[in-house]
Amino acid sequence: MDTLSALADGFSIALTFQNLGLALIGCFLGTIIGALPGLGPSNGVAILIPLAFTLGLPATPALILLTSVYYGAMYGGRISSILLNIPGDEPALMTTLDGYPMARKGMAGEALALSGIASFVGAFFATWGLVFLAPQLVKVALLFGPAEYFALFALAFATLGGIASKNQAKAALAAGIGLGIAMIGVDGQTGVPRFTFGEVHLYDGIDFLVAIVGLFALSEVFIFLEHRGTAKATGDASDIKLGRLTPPMSMLKQTVPTMARSTVLGFIAGVLPGAGASLGSFISYSVEKRLVDKNNTFGTGDPRGVAAPEAGNNAAAGGALVPMLALGVPGSGTTAVLLAMLLALNITPGPLLFTNNPDVVWGLIAALFIGNVMLLVMNIPMVSLFVRVLLVPPRYLMPAVAMISFVGIYGISGSTFDLMVMVFFGVLGWILRKLDVPLVPIILGVLLGNQMEANMRRAMTISDGDWSALFASPLSIGLWLFAFFGFILPIIAGRFFRPKFPRTDSEADPD
Amino acid sequence: MKNFITRLAATAVAVVSLTAAAHAFDPGATECIAPANPGGGWDFTCRQVGKTLQDLKLVPGTMQVTNMAGGGGGVAYAEVINKRNDANNLIIAASSATSTRLAQGAYPGNTMDQVRWVASVGADYGIIAVAKDSAINTLPELMDMIKADPTSVSIAGGSAVGGWDHLKVLMAAKKAGIADVRTIKYVAFDGGGEAVTQLLGGSVQAFTGDASEAKGFVDSGDIKVLAVLAPERLEGDFASFPTAKEQGIDVIGANWRGFYAPGGSSDEAYDYWVNAIGTVYDSAEWKDVMAQNGLAPLNLRGADFQAFVADSVASITDISKEIGLIK
Repeated sequence: MDTLSALADGFSIALTFQNLGLALIGCFLGTIIGALPGLGPSNGVAILIPLAFTLGLPATPALILLTSVYYGAMYGGRISSILLNIPGDEPALMTTLDGYPMARKGMAGEALALSGIASFVGAFFATWGLVFLAPQLVKVALLFGPAEYFALFALAFATLGGIASKNQAKAALAAGIGLGIAMIGVDGQTGVPRFTFGEVHLYDGIDFLVAIVGLFALSEVFIFLEHRGTAKATGDASDIKLGRLTPPMSMLKQTVPTMARSTVLGFIAGVLPGAGASLGSFISYSVEKRLVDKNNTFGTGDPRGVAAPEAGNNAAAGGALVPMLALGVPGSGTTAVLLAMLLALNITPGPLLFTNNPDVVWGLIAALFIGNVMLLVMNIPMVSLFVRVLLVPPRYLMPAVAMISFVGIYGISGSTFDLMVMVFFGVLGWILRKLDVPLVPIILGVLLGNQMEANMRRAMTISDGDWSALFASPLSIGLWLFAFFGFILPIIAGRFFRPKFPRTDSEADPD
Repeated sequence: MKNFITRLAATAVAVVSLTAAAHAFDPGATECIAPANPGGGWDFTCRQVGKTLQDLKLVPGTMQVTNMAGGGGGVAYAEVINKRNDANNLIIAASSATSTRLAQGAYPGNTMDQVRWVASVGADYGIIAVAKDSAINTLPELMDMIKADPTSVSIAGGSAVGGWDHLKVLMAAKKAGIADVRTIKYVAFDGGGEAVTQLLGGSVQAFTGDASEAKGFVDSGDIKVLAVLAPERLEGDFASFPTAKEQGIDVIGANWRGFYAPGGSSDEAYDYWVNAIGTVYDSAEWKDVMAQNGLAPLNLRGADFQAFVADSVASITDISKEIGLIK
């Protein structure tokens, strides 16, 4: 087995004290960066690039440090999703759906530990996928032309219904708002600015992070202000239950099939450049909801609803390294930053990277395994530390959330305009919460809408406006069929099989 | 870490003595604005030049890199003009994309003469390529196919419509005698990498991009370079590929990289930066950086660079009018 001996060589490169130390620092910083709203994996990696330069690190240790931060941030994003209902970064968005309700039910410890384990499973098996399948998987990425990407995004939207809300119309409205926001900015296919009102700051569109932090974090602060003085807002900490700190075996057993399926789906989404981790966690969650949500427990704190997106987005993080290493094409924002780092270190990414720089590639892959184990070991004991966030009375916690939001967003672009946009989204989020409109589909609309439109327009340009090009390849026909049945089946099946009794715990977004 | 502190101290001492001798101007805490998110070309320009300036002890300590994304560089451009117009310690990364947007009025209300153009640090020449198993072997063949039936060829590139990757093809097509360049099918992707992937996957027939973007695929033999849009053949891996000029299509597409400084900065500061960037350009270290990243020589400083940018803005304005992007 060439691959295994190459991997063994990789381990011999990665297993030095310096590299292990760097991996430890990277994992720790990454977890913190991921947990802070506004700071995501791509900012985290970018912030640490100068550090790697300043320390004069050679290629392999530098990459080990940065990929540890990357994996750490993917782990960390879930923490604030679960504890505060504020996604730490885009891929952790879906984790709020069941993670936060679990925390409200006094199961914060279990949710954190379970999501840690799901993250580990996703990332661990995705890294094996990277080891054995990278060259083959590149061919899958090549199968996806604009028409196929369009079908893939259509599939994502078709399975959107019912997620995050019991009221389908409100979910659709929210997705529509998201799509509308996605249209802001210069249209790449014609070069014409849309809905920018001559404001140069809007030419690049709305940054997802600004929208997420505004909608989730700031609106939470506004809700708190509204309720100030009441018992809920001043927060009597004594009646908050933290729950146990390890998930019971039965819960793990229940979530194993979920993790397995989500890992595969997330990994595939990661491999496709232009899809990425957010799509990975989204598809994992929605497929899992379709498959196993027999009693309508998803969205109310179902452990499987926590395991699915976490396994999915961490598997996608591993998957995104496939096109980066094997093609030199970034599959996500973070891998784009890593790619720039490789260039700066005199390594040309591309199809020959595995042949020309095996020490870098295999050292990196070995480091991923090490970082992964390290993150699991570090995260499980830290659960008890994280859950204490819930003990902080909201009157201290909320100002801190507001401060971190402002600092984080200012740090991305260094412009005060983004802060105003964030406040706008905060107010919008507050109003929508009052109206009981779910926020998650808005972000999905923004995240997926742009890509969906761009790919449709590309397909149309290539085919000279012939719509049949969208259904021309077997792959796209297959995706359309999935989309069709994903949309139709729940409507039919729901009518016949859905339990008739109303749920007792159908408490909506607990405002 | 100790090593780093010693180096920092040494740098500070060296810089104080050096600048005292060479220039009367002390830049203080220097800053480079990368008008984009981390990871892109402008970010790279700031960080690499900043690192070299530091290694050559041309600036005191480290140069701070500030990412100011938005409006394809327009946010940073407006910020510099409106708020930091007299900053002497500041340079901003720029490239062909900057001059393209200035030419097309994509920075509303701003023009190229509101800042001082410092120097270039190299250029990334354009290439036009096809997949390795394509029947097309030369640039004129590709152009003839487009002439015969414009719908038969889709060309993928990493910039938006009207962006630099698009304009390069249009300029070549015009020189090749295609009367209505608007008929050319250009498909915009998010970056050169995605565009090359689509070429390999067979969704499009040709690729337009920069030499550095395509290097990995050229090395592996996955794509066939039809023409390099440089005045003469490039060195190294690209030496075997003919220029467009050799094939009778006289077009040059240089994606230059360089810097501008605030319009109100003092003459001493401007001269200091022209000198410092020039020293970086001449250094052996920078030669290595250029070789590693597929940057070809383009050495323009001070007034020469100012004239070069003015020229390229004028020619891009012409072609953009012709294809109806601007009125």
